[in-house]
Amino acid sequence: MDVTEVKAENADSQSSKKESVKIKVLFFARARDIVGLPSMPLEVSSGSTASDCLNKLVALFPGLEELRGCMVLAVNEEYTTESAIIKEEDELAIIPPISGG
Amino acid sequence: MEANGGDVARIRSELKSLKAAKSDIETRISGLEAQLRDLTLLNASTVSNGSVTGDSSCNHELSPDMIYRYSRHLLLPSFGVQGQSNILKSSILVIGAGGLGSPALLYLAASGVGRLGVVDHDIVELNNMHRQVIHTESFIGQPKVKSAATACRSINSMIKIVEHQVALRTSNALEILNQYDIIVDATDNAPSRYMISDCCVVLGKPLVSGAALGLEGQLTVYNYNGGPCYRCLFPTPPPTTACQRCADSGVLGIVPGIIGCLQALEAIKIASAIGEPLSGRMLLFDALSARIRTVKIRGRSLDCEVCGENAAFTQKQFRDFDYERFTQSRLSTAPSKLNLLPAESRISSRELMEKIVKGEPYVLVDVRPEHHFRIVSLPNAVNIPLSSLEARLPEISCALNKEGITDSEKGANLYVVCRRGNDSQRAVQILHSKGFTSARDITGGLEAWARDVDPKFPTY
Ligand SMILES: [Zn+2]
Repeated sequence: MDVTEVKAENADSQSSKKESVKIKVLFFARARDIVGLPSMPLEVSSGSTASDCLNKLVALFPGLEELRGCMVLAVNEEYTTESAIIKEEDELAIIPPISGG
Repeated sequence: MEANGGDVARIRSELKSLKAAKSDIETRISGLEAQLRDLTLLNASTVSNGSVTGDSSCNHELSPDMIYRYSRHLLLPSFGVQGQSNILKSSILVIGAGGLGSPALLYLAASGVGRLGVVDHDIVELNNMHRQVIHTESFIGQPKVKSAATACRSINSMIKIVEHQVALRTSNALEILNQYDIIVDATDNAPSRYMISDCCVVLGKPLVSGAALGLEGQLTVYNYNGGPCYRCLFPTPPPTTACQRCADSGVLGIVPGIIGCLQALEAIKIASAIGEPLSGRMLLFDALSARIRTVKIRGRSLDCEVCGENAAFTQKQFRDFDYERFTQSRLSTAPSKLNLLPAESRISSRELMEKIVKGEPYVLVDVRPEHHFRIVSLPNAVNIPLSSLEARLPEISCALNKEGITDSEKGANLYVVCRRGNDSQRAVQILHSKGFTSARDITGGLEAWARDVDPKFPTY
């Protein structure tokens, strides 16, 4: 499953004319409940910021809006801000806090 | 039948008095045990001091009993005598003796933390047992702190266990946390998490923070060696729906168990000064995919309102801060009781029962989520979850017509039920606005039904 995904992404990235970047978005906790998926591919125009990605995701899943003020945003397992530029094959993680115990 | 009832009453009353006597004896036992422990600890320290200058040649303060008990720690080259001595001298406070606190406390006690404190004000309940593995069935109905302390003492009688059977609030947090070197947040709600983090910043204590819900867990060490605090990461609290707690949503028992173990591990690392604590990083555990990710998180925020450069968050400000208002949710685990409807739009479970017995026609809509409905439901109830209520109004009209209740009656004999009687009120508000102006909700929901009408009705 994972293998075929990677192959498809590679093939696409070779043929793309650098007008868009394809990334993977990871959802955690409440974000995962809202979206109903642990992860999904996302295509945004090149030069897009993490904020642009979030806007696009909120348009797809309006429920995510309520989390915007309270989440850790990470790219490739490192903290990032909304103004960071997203690159091809980046992994954007949306991590709202859990409170339960 | 009557003789049977008399027997039951007699047995109940005998059980009650025996349990009271048992609890009294247990209190006396734990008091005496505490006295004995303090005396033996005093003896142990004099003996070991004596042995340094005496015949056995070891340049540390571990007694022979300690050497034997912790031998596998001492045999670990990177841990050894120094690591164990550090733990024995440390003090750790675990806030919450629930799903996270249970394994954390067991391992911290076993590892020989010199002084181990437990804060909790809840009592042990049957529906805790699947994840709060420190408690045993015989402690159901008793304070969690007492149950947890008893379990820790039975594992390790050489350490000091301190029971704080209180609800942690801004009024007592400074005083309690200040008595310990390391704080473990094993609570289950957002206001407590902010309160504990702020208190640790004010007192300069490292905080091992863990959380678990559903099939996911999170773990971070805050306020450690100039690292970020909880507010640096989450300056604005989550919306109330974004941060559900265990009491209202499911959790696979072993998930907090795993996170609680990792919390004990981080606390031990800090206490023994071994390894690299999880500061500036967040561990994310995903049970379904068996994945653990560690994400590098931001450093301390210069703008943080509590630990930032220009922050002047004092002890007084901490005491005066309203964490329930800040997070829009409650510190206590007791579920809130809404009161959105006038009395004439509500019906008690007893009244409804009378109507059903009389054979009056009615339609009962259960607005809980589908997976709740599958656990248990009232006979003849129709499940229309609150989230889809507006879209499914025609089904209600149809059901009413089938019972011979016409549209002109505006939802007379239409009743709405949920688990505790909050969502049912929201549902009735929606129904009223859509023309079912006579719809009523069952006060207190299925919990009230189980309490007042049918004690055999399962609660969850
Ligand atoms: Zn901070």
